[in-house]
Amino acid sequence: MGELLVADKSIVVPGEEVAAGMDFLPTEGVYRDGDKLVASRLGLLAVDGRLVKLIPLSGKYLPKRGDVIIGKVTDVTISGWRTDINSAYTAMLSMKDATSEFIARGADLTRYFTFGDYLVTKIVNVTSQNLVDLTMKGPGLRKLSEGRIIAVAPNKVPRIIGKQGSMVSMIKDATGCRIIVGQNGIVWLQGDPDQELVAVSALRKIENESHISGLTDRIKVFLDGEVKRLHLAPSMNAGNDGGSEGGRSEFSEREFQQ
Amino acid sequence: MNELLKANILKWFGKGKRYDGRGLDEFRAVVIEQGVTKNAEGSARVKVGDTEVIAGVKLSVEKPYPDTPKDGNLLVNVELLPLSSPDFEAGPPGEEAIEVARVVDRGLRESKAIDIRKLCVQEGEKVWAVSIDICTINAAGNLLDASALAAVAALKNARFPEYDGKTVDYKSMTDKKLPIARFPVSVTVTKIGDSIFVDPTVEEEKVVDSRLTVAITDGGRICAMQKGGNSPLSIDEIGRMIDLAVAKAAELSKQL
Amino acid sequence: MGYDKRVDGRKPDELRPIVAKAGVIKRADGSAMFKIGDTVAYAAVYGPRDLFPKFLQDPQRGILRCKYNMMPFSGAGDRVRPGGSRRSKEISMVTEKALLPVLNLEDFPNAVVDVFIELPQTDAGTRCAGICAAAIALADAGLSMKDMVASVSVGKVDNMVAVDLNYAEESYEGGDVADVPVAFIPRTGQISLLQMDGLIDGESLKRALEMGRKACMQISEIQKKALKEKF
Repeated sequence: MGELLVADKSIVVPGEEVAAGMDFLPTEGVYRDGDKLVASRLGLLAVDGRLVKLIPLSGKYLPKRGDVIIGKVTDVTISGWRTDINSAYTAMLSMKDATSEFIARGADLTRYFTFGDYLVTKIVNVTSQNLVDLTMKGPGLRKLSEGRIIAVAPNKVPRIIGKQGSMVSMIKDATGCRIIVGQNGIVWLQGDPDQELVAVSALRKIENESHISGLTDRIKVFLDGEVKRLHLAPSMNAGNDGGSEGGRSEFSEREFQQ
Repeated sequence: MNELLKANILKWFGKGKRYDGRGLDEFRAVVIEQGVTKNAEGSARVKVGDTEVIAGVKLSVEKPYPDTPKDGNLLVNVELLPLSSPDFEAGPPGEEAIEVARVVDRGLRESKAIDIRKLCVQEGEKVWAVSIDICTINAAGNLLDASALAAVAALKNARFPEYDGKTVDYKSMTDKKLPIARFPVSVTVTKIGDSIFVDPTVEEEKVVDSRLTVAITDGGRICAMQKGGNSPLSIDEIGRMIDLAVAKAAELSKQL
Repeated sequence: MGYDKRVDGRKPDELRPIVAKAGVIKRADGSAMFKIGDTVAYAAVYGPRDLFPKFLQDPQRGILRCKYNMMPFSGAGDRVRPGGSRRSKEISMVTEKALLPVLNLEDFPNAVVDVFIELPQTDAGTRCAGICAAAIALADAGLSMKDMVASVSVGKVDNMVAVDLNYAEESYEGGDVADVPVAFIPRTGQISLLQMDGLIDGESLKRALEMGRKACMQISEIQKKALKEKF
């Protein structure tokens, strides 16, 4: 019979033996060494029946086909745009995937997207050499023209989004901010300055505490407290004119949950 | 490259706010710790928010420069370590490291922080050389002010090793301190759009229009300056920047 | 007489006190501090990231690049001139080779993982402390690793085979001294760093290595604890 050598959901480190016996099967982040299963990265142990895997706690974003991400244009080439996608690799957006408009030969591509633009974009292809192709064709894919960009740990993105987008919705509702969470850990926020900072703090809190149970409740308490504090404080919210529209991101959450 | 960031930072300034919620004249938390490394004759760690630098002082006996036979030697060097930021590369010091080092150096030299005459051992032959090396551990904005603080704190912490006229015995330290006369402090005032503020973050530094580093010594006197950034400044703006720097310097000095 | 009592009163197989901490440099992808006795090492990992110039790239796996450096004020005695030396170049290279066997870099073709090791304070055993810090930092950065790497120097001071020599022991003048920095991959017991200078007989060396293996098992537990304590 196999046995677990550490409890499910505990934090394990590379080289740590997590299970003994041939009954368990190693998957992501776990390898077999003789009759032992051994962790090959820092993560949370997740046991599902006989399958043993690790949920990573840190690490760079690995581009995956179908992911909706936020990228930054770093170069305009003859055939498209090179973008930084917060990964070890840059990605290419070609002319044909950038717009349904016809782009004439030799047209000035910076008229469409230029250096420093942030794009909500989707990965259409990743080769074995990690060459990444992007598209702008799809619901919600667009250039971001205002707002704050922050980077969070890509591995925490699922927790930031929450089940069916519940976590990010809670933050949006509490702060009135618009938020887009890219699978690559780049997050866009826009709202009233004070509320935006509350949203950023909430995201950081999720990032730091996602491995401790009861996260949703803690974030709820945190948001309630912070928002209440803002309302009690002398009004710094004079500039808030977008309250009615706030909290609505213009496309479906599902885009970000694959 | 950073239009979105700049537009957003400006929008926040328009509402009288800093991008990270701070007031325009507000420093992040400053923590100064002395005596952080044993083999240096003096050392200090300075944290300004997430920015962290270590300064170390080494003392040795050298020949003075021919034009200043009675004066001790002073060297300030800054290492922007690639360990401390994804933006720094390994290799010899670049412009930025040299600028920080020279601005810190001028602040110390021009304020006569160290009474260099007292470093003379034998005129024209032997003087104490004071080498201050500042190494960045985490570069999260405002390295100029953090480095200047660390340099002074390390000098303050330094003790002479035993010296018998021939060799320096680094294993036996004396109680004798460096002849420090003043404790200059640097404050860098940054301008983005029409707003001036202190202690920039990395994000703010990315979109800075201009900055003015002001080294201030006792009595609020100015002992060195350095204008940076690509945009020019008016006399009126410089006046306001200096006023802000002098006010903040008084607060920072209390921590030394 | 001879060297029968260690200067700091340790037993021959006893390590100096160790403090290890993960995640000490926020801007890095992974980082650690490792202090053993009076030797302190910081390590920061950046990457995997783009590698230029392109001819350095390996299309089959990511490459590891280490850089070891002593801060100018870190040594007893004279200031260490900044800018690297033949010694620091060599140590950087052997550090790379000590860490590489545990790293799985196949997922990152053409990319580089940079490891920067800096020593603010030294009292012998600096490359070993650097390797210990780097292994923690690599795990902290979320890289895939078969195991940790733990490192310590072993050796012989006069007639005493001992682990983790300090500077006073390395420079002992009453007899022969051998200094043997080693790194172990704890699970397999294999050695990924081995250098030596000084004089030692074969039997003593074998005993020293065995002592080193045991010491490295202790160190690897401390490394693992440091990673867990971050959360």
